[in-house]
Amino acid sequence: MGTTASQLSKESLSEYQELTFLTKQEILLAHKRFTELLEKHEKDQIDARVPMGKIITLPELKSNPFKERICRVFSTSEQKDGSLTFEDFLDLLSAFSDSATLEIKSHYAFRIFDFDDDGTLDCADLEKLVNCLTGETNDAKLSSTEMKQLISNILEESDIDKDGTVNLSEFQHVISRSPDFVSSFKIVL
Amino acid sequence: MVLLNEIIVVDPVSAGRNRGAIISQYCNKTLKLRRRRQTRPSIRDFSPSSRPSIRSYGMEGDTIDAEVSKRERLVNNLQNLPVSDRVRMLRGMPLSVAEKKEIRYVPRSHRVVFYLCLQPHKLTACLVLLFLTLAVWLSFLHSLQPWQTLLKRVSGRFGTGVLSYFLFLKTLVFFNVFLFLVTGAFLVLPQAVHPPDEATETRSFSGLELLTGAGSFSHTVMYYGYYTNYTLPRSSRGEGRGQNASALSSDSQQFSYNMPLAYFFTIGMAFFITCIILVYSMSKTFGRSFRINKSNSILTMKTFSSWDFKVIKKKSVQIMSENICTQLKELLAELTQKNTKSTFCKRFCRQMVHGVAWTICIASTTGCMAGVYYFSELVTMCTVSARLLSLPTVVSLINLLLPALFNVVAWMEIYESPSVFAYVAIGRNLMLKTSMLGVLCFHWLGRVCWESFVGEELYRFLLMDFIFTLLDTLFGELLWRLFSEKVLKKKRKPVFDIARNVLDLIYGQTLAWLGVLFSPLLPAVQILKLFLVFYIKMSSVMMNCQAPRKPYRASQMTTIFITLLCIPSLLGASVCVTYTMWSITPSTSCGPFRGLSTMFKAGKHWMKILEKDNPKLSVLSKAHTYFVENPFFLFVGAGIFLIVIYFHSQVVDGQRKIISLLQDQIQNEGEDKKFLINQLQSVHKQKQDAGKRLKSQVSHLYNHQHF
Repeated sequence: MGTTASQLSKESLSEYQELTFLTKQEILLAHKRFTELLEKHEKDQIDARVPMGKIITLPELKSNPFKERICRVFSTSEQKDGSLTFEDFLDLLSAFSDSATLEIKSHYAFRIFDFDDDGTLDCADLEKLVNCLTGETNDAKLSSTEMKQLISNILEESDIDKDGTVNLSEFQHVISRSPDFVSSFKIVL
Repeated sequence: MVLLNEIIVVDPVSAGRNRGAIISQYCNKTLKLRRRRQTRPSIRDFSPSSRPSIRSYGMEGDTIDAEVSKRERLVNNLQNLPVSDRVRMLRGMPLSVAEKKEIRYVPRSHRVVFYLCLQPHKLTACLVLLFLTLAVWLSFLHSLQPWQTLLKRVSGRFGTGVLSYFLFLKTLVFFNVFLFLVTGAFLVLPQAVHPPDEATETRSFSGLELLTGAGSFSHTVMYYGYYTNYTLPRSSRGEGRGQNASALSSDSQQFSYNMPLAYFFTIGMAFFITCIILVYSMSKTFGRSFRINKSNSILTMKTFSSWDFKVIKKKSVQIMSENICTQLKELLAELTQKNTKSTFCKRFCRQMVHGVAWTICIASTTGCMAGVYYFSELVTMCTVSARLLSLPTVVSLINLLLPALFNVVAWMEIYESPSVFAYVAIGRNLMLKTSMLGVLCFHWLGRVCWESFVGEELYRFLLMDFIFTLLDTLFGELLWRLFSEKVLKKKRKPVFDIARNVLDLIYGQTLAWLGVLFSPLLPAVQILKLFLVFYIKMSSVMMNCQAPRKPYRASQMTTIFITLLCIPSLLGASVCVTYTMWSITPSTSCGPFRGLSTMFKAGKHWMKILEKDNPKLSVLSKAHTYFVENPFFLFVGAGIFLIVIYFHSQVVDGQRKIISLLQDQIQNEGEDKKFLINQLQSVHKQKQDAGKRLKSQVSHLYNHQHF
């Protein structure tokens, strides 16, 4: 059976069901996978934190180029080191779940793509984003002229108030017109 | 001078990360929701500002300790919303779970479990309950989550596109399970428990029955001919054979089950409910994928939404990155290329090539149709078991080879975009399959006990379709991979053709729907077939195929496939079944409708008997005569439907105009902001300069005075 801290109480389970988009089975599976990542002595603690290095060993995140950004966005730690508690982990899965709304997904996608955490996507953020998308190998990268052209096209298409950056509302406006975003922004355990 | 900070209630820059901004945004949202649930606020309550963007916001300043009061107001608003709205609001807030727990605090007395009690209109509660049970049934089926791990493996390796094929297969399984349960419970079970009196020719079971469906299977619950045309159970053995449904023996005290009526209503209701479910899911997927404006921000959408987070295998992630890079480079190259207007000659040549291609396709389809028709005439006279399989084999062969011919023909054409190419390919494939089915439907009428024969034929067609799917998987994927690896020494594995496979599934489902009237156990056969196809395709894809190289727009294609399932497939099957029930004379020697002029008369007979017993129900029959059978009502209904569609399209037009107006407005306000900031800076600078000059003048004067 195990101690009470390593098993979810019924109350917390129903509370998590109300606050997130996850179903009961998904929450229980998340709990199981999360406790596997904890050390033995931490399994009894309620608010145990798993460091980022361990989270990114999960098979669902291992090959994802955005894995560090994802950990940092959902982390509530004071030191901003990307470590996650169980509730942060649930937040992550809820935002990436099947039933999450477009608004939630686009909000978190914006924060993931905002590499310098300043609340807007400027040229540096967009460049890092494109480099993550095209991969690490040299022959798959875009040349610098292509990159400049791409970024200027993106800003021209999506920057409505012409301030040189893409803010959250503009990002959500672009995303709302793309029907494939919701189906591709999903992670399932 | 007005400070800019006070006017902007939600600064979009800070909303990206600021908790206070999110809380105040959701405070406004919950307030609006509360107002909407209670009464509409009058126009007078809005401040008459000339800037429409801030007209509906209160003009209170957002001071520093406003966050605390906003939080309290948010908690208060949330507690006053009905439970379902509160849960929806809480889930939709982009805050962490810990923060939501603090906002959510609700005293125990407010917890209401069943939200129906809060519904104001109890009159609609019954309808709501009915839909709830339907929804619960469907969600129960979905929550069983069959094949969850397998689907995850497929999506982890191949992405959303290939996953959509398997999800479509799962949907078809659910439809068939529903059909099977309905026909099994209402038709097969009662008839199996009370077998008919006629002496059946018992033939011994030989293995050939599984292939041909004839032989010892022909006089069983599997086919229409077995079903009786009287009420079950028969009360006395002395009744003659030719008794029809109107002479019901109502003096038996036992449970009586009117077979013809049950048959008629079961099939009718099953089709009706399937139609409703399909139209509902079609409208949901359409709503998800339809966008008001044809967007020209392709590059942006490609950058922001092309990364498929479901893909987790390293090799597939690499392939996906390469694909995205290639697509971005291609799109950039297209944009930089000057739009050379193709000369008239070039365009004419292109149209000619298109014309030739279409002529080839239509000619080959027509040729195959004629061939199948004459072949079916030849085969009609045949009763030898194995030869019965020849027509299904020929049709399945045509369905397999002709799309390959269409692909070859399409290589020589040039299309403006890959999606047009995909639509044209689907259109040609669809045309072929519908014409095949049309010829077969035409050929099947006019035999003795033709209904059972049609049922058997459809069983054979379904089976042949399955065998050919097997062969296609074997040759198309496995052998091609071995061939390209060993002989051609290429590393590229074949790509899984999603559209063609989905169309094959739709074709099989059309056959099942056509056949359910004539063979009530056909859905069971279809379920078995779908299960086997799932596992075979799954293993073949994992072993032999690689991730697709071309971009695949999953949500658009899913909408198209569900639409194709609804409109040609289900609609066509329903039209055929309705036509059969309405106007064709059922055969006189077998089946539950023998002796009646049409199958529809069974329902009418029952109505007349009900009227005789309960005169009050004559209202119902009069309503039936005036509404259902009166074409005027149908015209009026269709007219109202068209008016509603026109109204909605006008609303969408208006929304398009509003979107472009708002975009201009945002741009103007951005420029206003820049202008005001520049003004502020210049005025500040002027003041500074004036101050400096004054200071220097004063010190100059002071020095002058002293010296």
